[in-house]
Amino acid sequence: MAILSAFANPHRFMALSKALLPWLGVSAAVLIAYSIWQGLYVLPPETYQGDSARIMIVHVPAAWLSMSAYMGMALASLVWFVWRHEIADVAAKSIAAFGAGYTAICLATGAIWGKPTWGTWFQWDDARMVSVLVLFFVYVGYIALRAAMDTRQKAARAGAILAMVGAINVPIIKFSVDIWASLHQDASVIRLDGPAMSADYLVPLLLGALGHTLLFTALVLVAMRAEVRLRRADALLMRRMVGA
Amino acid sequence: MNGENLIFANGLGMIRGARVLFGDVSLAAQPGEAIVLRGSNGAGKTTLLRILAGLTQPAAGDVTRVADVHWLGHRDGLKPHESPVEHLGLWAQAWGGGAVEPVIERMGLTRPKDVPASLLSAGQRRRTALGRLLLVERPIWLLDEPFSALDTNGRDLLLELIAQHRASGGAVIAAIHGEAGFEASGEVAL
Amino acid sequence: MSAAPIRAAFVQAFREAWAGGAGVLLPASFFAGAAMLVPFAVGSDSAQLAAIGGGVLWVALALASLVTMERLFQADLEDGALDLWVQADAPLSAIAAAKVAAHWLVSGLPLALLSPLLGLMLQMEPDRLPSAMLAYGIGGLAFFLWGAFGAALSATVRRGGLLIALIALPFYVPTAIFGAMSLQAEVPLPLIETLFLSAATLFSLAVAPFGIAAALRLAAD
Repeated sequence: MAILSAFANPHRFMALSKALLPWLGVSAAVLIAYSIWQGLYVLPPETYQGDSARIMIVHVPAAWLSMSAYMGMALASLVWFVWRHEIADVAAKSIAAFGAGYTAICLATGAIWGKPTWGTWFQWDDARMVSVLVLFFVYVGYIALRAAMDTRQKAARAGAILAMVGAINVPIIKFSVDIWASLHQDASVIRLDGPAMSADYLVPLLLGALGHTLLFTALVLVAMRAEVRLRRADALLMRRMVGA
Repeated sequence: MNGENLIFANGLGMIRGARVLFGDVSLAAQPGEAIVLRGSNGAGKTTLLRILAGLTQPAAGDVTRVADVHWLGHRDGLKPHESPVEHLGLWAQAWGGGAVEPVIERMGLTRPKDVPASLLSAGQRRRTALGRLLLVERPIWLLDEPFSALDTNGRDLLLELIAQHRASGGAVIAAIHGEAGFEASGEVAL
Repeated sequence: MSAAPIRAAFVQAFREAWAGGAGVLLPASFFAGAAMLVPFAVGSDSAQLAAIGGGVLWVALALASLVTMERLFQADLEDGALDLWVQADAPLSAIAAAKVAAHWLVSGLPLALLSPLLGLMLQMEPDRLPSAMLAYGIGGLAFFLWGAFGAALSATVRRGGLLIALIALPFYVPTAIFGAMSLQAEVPLPLIETLFLSAATLFSLAVAPFGIAAALRLAAD
């Protein structure tokens, strides 16, 4: 029956993701474990920030993932909107959940780092943290909108529209927040410009970022596989209903 | 299917959530024809009409409209503060249509013509909505439960409009519960 | 294709918003009421109020723009008018823009016109009030456009008001920033800040109608 082709099994995705997952999982675990071990036990206290800089090992990868996950989600939405590939919607939906999760981790670790460094849990002068906060609300809006739609087809379409319009807006929001933060810069606040850190932090940081990216990919793939199975089960039910 | 069709649809299928509304519906209407859609509540008659009108995207199949379409949903499309004159005047303006007064008269709305829609009866609102069909000439009429809320007079009036429309080379596709009241050229059961 | 449906959409939206007076009075009252609450919450100190008054009005304006949004497209969906507009012989984005413009004229512009009075009460400097009014007018249009985008996406959602706010608020950020900057600038009518604010509004004018149109097609589907 032609109509059910919309729910055609993404066989290749299932086969590929199944083969990839163990490799992704193991290498992510090794890299993250290495970076955390380095950050907590091996590296000396950072020259300017002392021990608090160790949290950068998690904070920076989370910041990188919060931004790139949104771009990935917007890209998947565009692919879905243009070609209506079911798997692209599955990807957008799964990326949103973990993107929001990493954004929350970025905010939490940023606050923990900010308390000893700036003496406050949230420093509004820091344009990057403020941008990430706004981004978090963009994720939450996307997830809430999808959840509010009464069918999966509508959730896919509404989500794609919001993600694409959001992707056009995010650079403008970022730009305006940068300008705003630069205005408010007070001479009395010592501004630590992010990972301007000693070089021995660089390698663990990069390996950590790679590890978290692999972990993120693995998590998204697991969620996507579950979603594909769910939709496959629905398709089976439908096939039984129409007696095909 | 030949080239005379005003509208034709091939292999239409629709899914709502995880439910198949219908799997493979094909139909065509030629000038003068009237096709009646049949089916129990929730069978997808409204959805099929909306697909034919281009309002809803089908999950499968395609629709070709050779001529312009008048869509009359089961909701009348009147704003609460709009009187029949204002409503028909607005759509006459939007569609580049003709005079409103004759339509008001034809639809038997002369008395309540300046009453806001929120104060009209359901039947009067229905008559106003039906009046839109007469503002501009469009060969394809897609009607969703067009007789609902109409009294006997209104029903006769609509039958007359449908007969005239068919006589002048138009086609009608309507979802109807119960007696159609006119001779259908075909039925589609969902 | 013609401009007639766009004009008709504007006329209908304006007439419906204007009818009964609720479209003007409710948002204006909300705007004033939210501003009135602020001295109670932060204290009556004139210097403090003067420092935050302009910003408070930006927040009140953002909230007031949201409270009018829920019914903007939902009503069209429920009474069937949306079907007719989706089918009209003009780009749906232009029709959507016309509807938002009419809605802003009735429910948004009066807020800007009211702002000098509220600004005075919140101890803003009197020579700032005319340029602030201009800023609230320009920025309010951007708020209405993004609010309408959220409203179009949530049109099928029962009690979608909170969802509209959640979707639209991040998009309000640039306007809030540039709007507040224009009030804090050193001269009463700052060119650069006003240009930035106008650019944010023009950007939303260029993008939001297409998003609204896509969302309305989905709502009608």
